[in-house]
Amino acid sequence: MRSILPILLLLLSFTARAEDLMMVRSTLSFPEAMVTLQNTIRDYGYTLSRVQRVDIGLTSFGFKTDKYRIVFFGKAEENRRMIARRPELVAYLPLKIAIFAEEDDTLLVAANPVKWLEGLVEDEELRIQFERWRNDLQAILEDVRRAEE
Amino acid sequence: MVLAWLAVLLSQPLLAGPDGAELFSRHCVACHGEEGRGGVGVPLALPAFLESVDDRFLTVTIREGRPGRVMPSFRTLSDAQIQAIVSYIRSWTDRPTPTFDPAPIQGDAQRGARLFASHCAGCHGPEGRGGHGTGVTFSRPRDLPIIAPALRNRGFLAAASDRLIRATLVRGREGTPMVPATSLGLDDRDIDDIVAYIRSLESTLHDERRRLQEKHDAEPTVLMEESSYTLEETVENVKQAIVGKNYRVVRVQRLEEGLVPEDQVNPRQVVVYFCNFNQLNQALAIDPRVGLFLPCRITVVEEKGVVRVYSTNPGRMAHFFNNDELKELCEEMSRTYEEILEEATL
Ligand code: HEC
Ligand code: HEC
Repeated sequence: MRSILPILLLLLSFTARAEDLMMVRSTLSFPEAMVTLQNTIRDYGYTLSRVQRVDIGLTSFGFKTDKYRIVFFGKAEENRRMIARRPELVAYLPLKIAIFAEEDDTLLVAANPVKWLEGLVEDEELRIQFERWRNDLQAILEDVRRAEE
Repeated sequence: MVLAWLAVLLSQPLLAGPDGAELFSRHCVACHGEEGRGGVGVPLALPAFLESVDDRFLTVTIREGRPGRVMPSFRTLSDAQIQAIVSYIRSWTDRPTPTFDPAPIQGDAQRGARLFASHCAGCHGPEGRGGHGTGVTFSRPRDLPIIAPALRNRGFLAAASDRLIRATLVRGREGTPMVPATSLGLDDRDIDDIVAYIRSLESTLHDERRRLQEKHDAEPTVLMEESSYTLEETVENVKQAIVGKNYRVVRVQRLEEGLVPEDQVNPRQVVVYFCNFNQLNQALAIDPRVGLFLPCRITVVEEKGVVRVYSTNPGRMAHFFNNDELKELCEEMSRTYEEILEEATL
């Protein structure tokens, strides 16, 4: 009984937030938030596949920071299974979170797969998988938001 | 039993009342900053702002958001939760909360339109569609320290009464580029005419948003073409088409690289990343969240002897950013994707 309550509450708090984009602000500096994000992603059982810089020449275009990265991650078996189910998912996977500095803070953004992939849902399995990804992304962002130095 | 437990647990936060600070940090801080300093969103903590808007303005803004101007609507929050957020925002100032007579202001909207074009449109955009980008300047290049909000906006017009708008014009917003109208050489009659004009913008909105929603719903989630070439040839074709469109190929990799040991990577799934730095920087200046679909990407896959080329559809994604300024750019990207997909497979 005890063990299902947190899950129920978690579900309630998630269904209350039907957002297309999920964004959080961390008071950690960019390098600290980056390390925290990567550790959190691993804690949720994902493999980090790559960190992509999106900052080429940003400062020369007037940006005050070039700290902008995309972090890619996934579970190989899960990705294979889902791509076999719905080949279009190759265009979307692996999952990603964008992370960038704003003054002393760090912002993190992820797309909500439930919304973005709505058009690809054709059965329960896909729907449940997209919800699981949404919940994991949201939980990862929330953990980074709450992390302190 | 579970229900009883749940009832107890759920009633506790209700009895205590929702926590405004926690709700604000969960739903608003990402854009408006800690304690409302601003960010992708405008600052909310300035005394000059708080003493010129009533609670109805804050409540309706939270509920309706600003359609097409990044600020989402929070229809899923309860009245009590919104009230808690409003109280929390109010706790930043000890100045009294103003109230406004809801009676409309009469004025000459046509004359107001001319005054608006000459005195206000420079910052608020033609017809009050809002300045370029949103919020404050912290890390992105902008014209102003704070970008002027859209006034031709259903969310703004629903939240602001005529007299609230007039008070804002009369006082300006100290600490922001919004100066009092008198310092722009406008008198009381001019101000009433401008208020009448801003109110009249409501009737120009029609069902713009519904049409955008319908367009969005009709967009495919993923773009796809079947190729008549081999996988290797198709990848080369994609790269050539990309260069032909003035983009640069930044990286070619197999989809599973980094996810599984090197010898287990599926070699028949290839991702081509490409970019046009000018476009990238423009997009980031409009909305820093666009990293979610940049750099551009096309995926080439061979499955059971059939080669297919896939990409996401930026034209559909634009909608999720609730940012009208991105729309054009995203549609342009969609066209480019479609052309590359076609050129590479035909
Ligand atoms: C120099 C640029 C500039 C000019 C000129 C200007 N504004 Fe503003 N205006 C702003 C900014 C920036 C804000 C946001 C202030 C804030 O953050 O509270 C603003 C806020 C407002 C608001 C409140 C909007 C909201 O969402 O709360 C109204 C109404 C408004 N301006 C109307 C006008 C009108 C009418 C004129 C012409 C008489 C005008 N402004 C001229 C920059 C300008
Ligand atoms: C995704 C970013 C984002 C989030 C999340 C967000 N806002 Fe906003 N908000 C904005 C932007 C951008 C504007 C200015 C719109 C414009 O430029 O036309 C704005 C405008 C406002 C305004 C009007 C300010 C003015 O000067 O008139 C208020 C009030 C406001 N937001 C409150 C909130 C509250 C409270 C929350 C949380 C419940 C919230 N916002 C969440 C981006 C956001």
